[in-house]
Amino acid sequence: MTQLALVIDLNVCVGCHACVTSCKQWNTSGEAGPLFDDNPYGKDPTGTFFNRVQTYEVGAFPNTETLHFPKSCLHCEDPPCVPVCPTGASYKRKEDGIVLVDYDKCIGCKYCSWACPYGARELDEKQQVMKKCTLCVDRIYDTSIPEDRRKPACVISCPTSARLFGDVHDPESAVSLAIRESGGYQLMPEWGTKPANHYLPRRKTKLRIHADELVRADNPLSKEDIKHETSKESSLDDWLM
Amino acid sequence: MHPAFSVIFLTTLLGVGQGLFLALFSSQAYSVVNVLPAQPGDFYALGAFIALIFLVGGLIASFFHLGHPERAWRAAAKWRTSWLSREVIALPVVMGAIALYALVNWMNIEADLYGLGITGQVALSVGAFGVIATIALFVCTAMIYAAIKFLQEWASPLTVANYFLLGTASGFGFATAYAALNAPDLVPFYGGWAITLTIAGLLTRIASLLRNARIKQISSMQTAIGVRHNQVRQASMGMMGGAYNTREYFHGRTADFLKSVKWIFLVLVFPIPLLLLWAGLAQNSASLLMLAFGVQYVGLLFERWFFFAQANHPQNLYYQVVG
Repeated sequence: MTQLALVIDLNVCVGCHACVTSCKQWNTSGEAGPLFDDNPYGKDPTGTFFNRVQTYEVGAFPNTETLHFPKSCLHCEDPPCVPVCPTGASYKRKEDGIVLVDYDKCIGCKYCSWACPYGARELDEKQQVMKKCTLCVDRIYDTSIPEDRRKPACVISCPTSARLFGDVHDPESAVSLAIRESGGYQLMPEWGTKPANHYLPRRKTKLRIHADELVRADNPLSKEDIKHETSKESSLDDWLM
Repeated sequence: MHPAFSVIFLTTLLGVGQGLFLALFSSQAYSVVNVLPAQPGDFYALGAFIALIFLVGGLIASFFHLGHPERAWRAAAKWRTSWLSREVIALPVVMGAIALYALVNWMNIEADLYGLGITGQVALSVGAFGVIATIALFVCTAMIYAAIKFLQEWASPLTVANYFLLGTASGFGFATAYAALNAPDLVPFYGGWAITLTIAGLLTRIASLLRNARIKQISSMQTAIGVRHNQVRQASMGMMGGAYNTREYFHGRTADFLKSVKWIFLVLVFPIPLLLLWAGLAQNSASLLMLAFGVQYVGLLFERWFFFAQANHPQNLYYQVVG
């Protein structure tokens, strides 16, 4: 079983939105038709996006931390949006675990978007079908693209390599190693959706210094030849002298 | 959630149609065993035809909810997993059964199907099938909402009870007014049940309001982004303009507005129709009984609006601050 997924390292993400724009660029240019933008240069611009970068503030001033949080479809292993679809337009591919929408079957009833706790699905106002992240399914298998670039657009564009892409069911893959060894976690685990995408937490490198490490025990400047009357018992020093 | 008027009209109109059919069938079934006076076939036929009109109205309303209504036939495909698909199958079955029931009664088709020697066997056989389908449709409609476990306000058996009781109450209410015009003998029967069902609906709706008032949301900002800290605040949702995420999942009104809608429906659906039904039954006034139904139906529109608006979608956790 293969389950393709993204692993997003929140420790590295700088919130530059490069993944947002590259995702929009790639997915609005494909055969499936544009991601509709309504009033893009007007007063209330709106449009269809597969990916957003959000920003959170953790803690209270002055002990705050800024967290940039890219958010897209998590390609759940038990996706609640798939069984509710009345037409079968929403489906999970057996071969690679990608959750997709068949735009030709979708009736635009929005029920799948109600059934996704993450809000990963958007109704395209122009095409009136449900759209969501496809993991760039029209890119990752395209043999006309150099092999090292057969990755989702967001992964390619990330300047800090905060986004990893691979098979989370292969225990030796880079994504599985990252999840296992860097504390990868899932969003809203309480609903049992088993998201395939994982997030790596913010990590702080701390040096732990104990008090005795600040004092050099074998300091040659300390006067070791002076016998202190600290103990009546013989010590190793007595034997040496 | 953002209440869509297409779904509000769909669910309320279906409820009236289904309730009206159940009322007609039950009175006809009682008349066969001489509990109630029998009516001519035209009475049941016309009533069933009106029920059909309510159902067709609901069906038309539902199309306004779809992005691609011309593909609606595809929605029957996934009945094994989707309650919406089951509803899409149940609705035409109910409509077909009610249409057949109307036809059988209108043409007075009689046959001694079971060798019992009583009249109305064909109509009641068709009607019994319609009753099963009607109840199935009630369950399907309600389960569309009750089946989404993280919409905690909906994920309860009370949702099914409310859809059934409020639908049948309004249907029996309409049947009371209909009988006042065409079959005065049946007015006490329909009116009694309209009152009983309205009171039962009041109890279950109050129960669900109480349940929802003390509901504890399972998801939080902490589980949404996976950061263990008591103070997590969104600084930016990642966009300045709105998106589907900001439009579809929130009613966009104040808490006070929501509260006022709650009191409007609590008054319009329960006490006023009960009073009007009581007065209409006492004075045998068709206009008062029709008014009772009209007030209750308008109240149900408010009730359904509130039902949708009250549901808290966990995705809203991700869309708190424009930026």
